[in-house]
Amino acid sequence: MAEESGGLVIKPMDQFRVESLFGGDIAWYTPTNVTLWMALTVLAATALMVFGARGRALVPSRAQSAAEMTYGFVYKMVEDVAGHDAVRFFPYIFTLFLFVLFANLLGLIPFAFTTTSHIAVTAVLAFTVFFVVTALGFILHGTKFLKLFWVDSAPLALRPVLALIEVISYCVRPVSHSIRLAGAMMAGHAVAKVFASFAAALGAFFFVPILAVTALYALELLVAVIQAYVFTILTCVYLKDALHPAH
Amino acid sequence: MAETAASGPGMPQLDITTFSNQIFWLVVALVVLYFVMSRVALPRVASVLADRRGAITADIAAAEEYKLKAQDAEDAFKKAEADARAEAQRIVEAAKAEMQEALHAQIAKADAEIAAKSAESEKRIREITANAVEMVAEVSNDVTKDIVAAFDMKADARSVTAAVKAQMKGDA
Repeated sequence: MAEESGGLVIKPMDQFRVESLFGGDIAWYTPTNVTLWMALTVLAATALMVFGARGRALVPSRAQSAAEMTYGFVYKMVEDVAGHDAVRFFPYIFTLFLFVLFANLLGLIPFAFTTTSHIAVTAVLAFTVFFVVTALGFILHGTKFLKLFWVDSAPLALRPVLALIEVISYCVRPVSHSIRLAGAMMAGHAVAKVFASFAAALGAFFFVPILAVTALYALELLVAVIQAYVFTILTCVYLKDALHPAH
Repeated sequence: MAETAASGPGMPQLDITTFSNQIFWLVVALVVLYFVMSRVALPRVASVLADRRGAITADIAAAEEYKLKAQDAEDAFKKAEADARAEAQRIVEAAKAEMQEALHAQIAKADAEIAAKSAESEKRIREITANAVEMVAEVSNDVTKDIVAAFDMKADARSVTAAVKAQMKGDA
C-alpha cells in the first residue's frame, strides 16, 4: 500500500501494530514486538537499578547515583503523597514507575515499539491499581471505607448527590488513569511520524519538518518522563485514599 | 484475521485480537521486574543509602568529638601556660628576694670591713701621731739641752724635760 503512486500516504498508526516476531498468527503466548520491547524495558530497568548500583560505593559512581536518585525520588513521592505507612507498598509502586518510565523512554528510539501507547497495557496497569487499592480500602477499613464517598462537611441534603458524584468519579479513575498515559504516548508518536513523513514529501524544504520533529522530540522526552511521574503519583494518591479514607 | 484487522484502517490499539498477547507479556514483564526490584535492586540501594547515612552520622559525631578534644587541649594548654607564667613570676620574685638578701649581706659585710679598716687606720694614725709627739718631745729635749749647753748654762735633764713638756702642752 505504501507504494501507491501519487499523493502523500501517511500511516502514522502503523508504528503501533502488534506483530509476531517470527511470523504467523498472534496467540496469547506468541512472542511479538510487545514481548521484545517489554523485555528491553525490564532489561533497561534492571541495568539501571541492579548493575548501576553494583558498586555499592560510599561515594557513588554516575550510574549508582542515578539509581539512588530514582530510588529516593519514588520513595519520597510515596512517603509524601500516600503517607509513611504506604512505604510497605513502595516496591510495587517503584516497579510500576520504572516500567512505565523505561517503556516510554525506549519508545522514543526510532523504529521502537511503544508498549505504553497501547490501551490494553495501560488499562491493565490502571485497573490493577484500581482493584488493589479498592480491595485494600475495604480490607483495612471495612465499610468505613465508604466514608470516602460521604462528604461530612456538606449539607445533609446534598450528601447523597455528592456521594453519587464521588462514586462515579472514583470509578472513572482507572479509565482516565490509563487513557491519559496511552493517549499521550500515542499522540506524540503519531505526530512525530506525520512530521517525519512530511520531510520526505517536501523535497527542498525537508529541513522544516526535521526541525519540527527535533523540537517535538524534546517535548516527547519531557512527556515520557512526566507521564511516568503522573501515573505513579496518581497511584500514590489512590493508595492514600485507601489507607486514609477520611477526607 | 489478525492480519486484516492490523493492516486495516483505524487504530491498532483497538484491535482486541492482540489484547491477550499484550496482557500476557505485560504480566510476565511486571512479575519479572517486580522480583528483580524487590529481591535485588531495592534492598541493595537501600543498604547503600543506609550505609552512607550511617557513615555521615558517624563522621559528624567523630568530628564533634575531635572538636571537643581540641577544645580540651586548648583549655589544658591555656591552663599550663597560666601555670607556667605564675611559676615564672614566683621564681623571679624568689630570685629577687634572694639577691636583695645577698646584697644586704654583702653591704653589711663591706660596711663591717670598712669600719674595721677605718678603726685600724685611726689606731695607726693615733700611734703615728703619738710617736711623732714623742719624737718631737725627744728632739725638743735634745735641742733644748744642746741650746742650754751652748749658752753654757748648767741644767739638769729632768728640769729641761719638764719644761719642754710644759711648753708643748701649752702649744697643743
